[in-house]
Amino acid sequence: MTEAIQVEGLTKVFVPGKGRPPLRAVDEIDFTVRQGEVFGFLGPNGAGKTSTIRMLTGLSRPTSGTARLLGLDLDKDLPRIKKRIGVVPEASNLYDELTAFDNLVFSMQLYGVPRIERRPRAIALLARFRLGEKRDTPFAKLSRGMKRALTIAAALAHRPPLVFLDEPTTGLDVMSARNLRQMIAGLREEGVTVFLTTHYLEEAERLCDRVAIIVKGRIVALDTVAGLRSGAQRKTIVEVTLADADSQQEKKRIECEDGVESAVRRLLSETGGRHVLAIDTLHPSLEDVFVQLTGLSAEVMLAEKGAKGGSNAGG
Amino acid sequence: MLADDLRGMFYIALKDLRAYYFKPPNISWGILFPFAFILAFAIRNPGDIRSLVPGLLALTILFGTSSMEAIVIVFERRIGALERLLLAPLRLPALLAGKLLGGMTFGLTVTLVVLAVSLVVFSASGTNWIMLFLALILSATAFSALGAFVSVAVKEVFEAQTLANFIRFPMMFLGGVFVPLASMPVWLQVIARLFPLTYSVEALHTALSGGTWTTAALDLGALAGFSVALFFLAVYTLARRIE
Repeated sequence: MTEAIQVEGLTKVFVPGKGRPPLRAVDEIDFTVRQGEVFGFLGPNGAGKTSTIRMLTGLSRPTSGTARLLGLDLDKDLPRIKKRIGVVPEASNLYDELTAFDNLVFSMQLYGVPRIERRPRAIALLARFRLGEKRDTPFAKLSRGMKRALTIAAALAHRPPLVFLDEPTTGLDVMSARNLRQMIAGLREEGVTVFLTTHYLEEAERLCDRVAIIVKGRIVALDTVAGLRSGAQRKTIVEVTLADADSQQEKKRIECEDGVESAVRRLLSETGGRHVLAIDTLHPSLEDVFVQLTGLSAEVMLAEKGAKGGSNAGG
Repeated sequence: MLADDLRGMFYIALKDLRAYYFKPPNISWGILFPFAFILAFAIRNPGDIRSLVPGLLALTILFGTSSMEAIVIVFERRIGALERLLLAPLRLPALLAGKLLGGMTFGLTVTLVVLAVSLVVFSASGTNWIMLFLALILSATAFSALGAFVSVAVKEVFEAQTLANFIRFPMMFLGGVFVPLASMPVWLQVIARLFPLTYSVEALHTALSGGTWTTAALDLGALAGFSVALFFLAVYTLARRIE
């Protein structure tokens, strides 16, 4: 078995009530997530990301369609699936009154981790997530980044081979977000499959082996980041940076289907006697792909989200 | 699966007791509130204080179990912590049973303190101890289930507190705590029979006065019935809410 998740025709329809039409939050989506990969699930607000995660983790019942997680049928084997997955929701949701250590121990108790393993495992997780000194600090008194890290640690406490991370770095400062990304990258090295939703396209670009883009409940693209880039923009873009006598800089871009050389020639013919400071060939970013497929820019998507995280994707 | 359910139940109850129940304000409120009420009535009618003991115990269990129980689930749902439990490998009835167990344990602990004080002040002779503890446990189960139902039926913590008081206060004045049921008009007696507190007070009265099992059977049966009905109503309501 090489698929951690297999989804076929998964659909979720919400019936809001009298007089209002049913809402098709997730509309017959198909995808597979390979074991050991970091799979990005991107989309604007209301696209169906959280509804999909809620169905796959057993929090919500699909209207139709099937899903298999770790070889187990979601409909028939939910309790066994729950034992083998870890879920980090968008909001850190551990218990304010319990210490960092006790929160981890409680997670292990719920998942049946043997008593003898709980203490050393909790200490190891605290050390790994740089929370060793906060072991006896109540969850309520941790910083936002520490809360996020502890929530991820709690999801890993029972050593699940598949982890769902819903917007793990949203709202974190640059350093905390950077640390968390390193931790997520570390999970892949351990062979843990990660299903990641994020609003930070740069984050998805850095972390994900493959990315699915969901818009209005339907998956509109699914590929590696490189594959999405090449599919999104086949024309070459050349950018020339020019400077005039006053050192004022200007950038000019040109698309050209018949090679870089001809594009450069065309740009140089338009320099108007100015100095050429640099010539670059531009590749489309995941953001370009996203904009093309959804019609939304990353800024708009973050604004929709309430721009909770500022610009931490750069960290 | 059963082992997962039982383990989950136990640890949820343990976590709730540590995180919410055994806090100083909760303990003092759980003990002082029923004492204050009983004291007020005892001052007015000092000749028959002993007859108020079953009501005192019933009130202590009612407020000890339901005060926190009524807000724990709705609070955890608001902060997202309930989702952690829903994601854990246990079934919904086990999750709610864990919540009930926490409320019951706290309510019974506080009630045992009140019982001990009552027995020091008043004589314990003639008490049917097995019946007394059965009545206490069944009362705690019924009131905890009532609290759980209130907690899953609303969306906000303040709504839970309002609804809990809306149910508890009429129950307190009609349930035979302060005024014997027999001295009420018939129509009020009929209404009183709809409340679990009425059966709790009667069962505790029978146990403390050394009454027979035949006398207590209806009250104990009714408490068991309320426990089962309110528990499954809470499970059904929560299942609908989370979907």
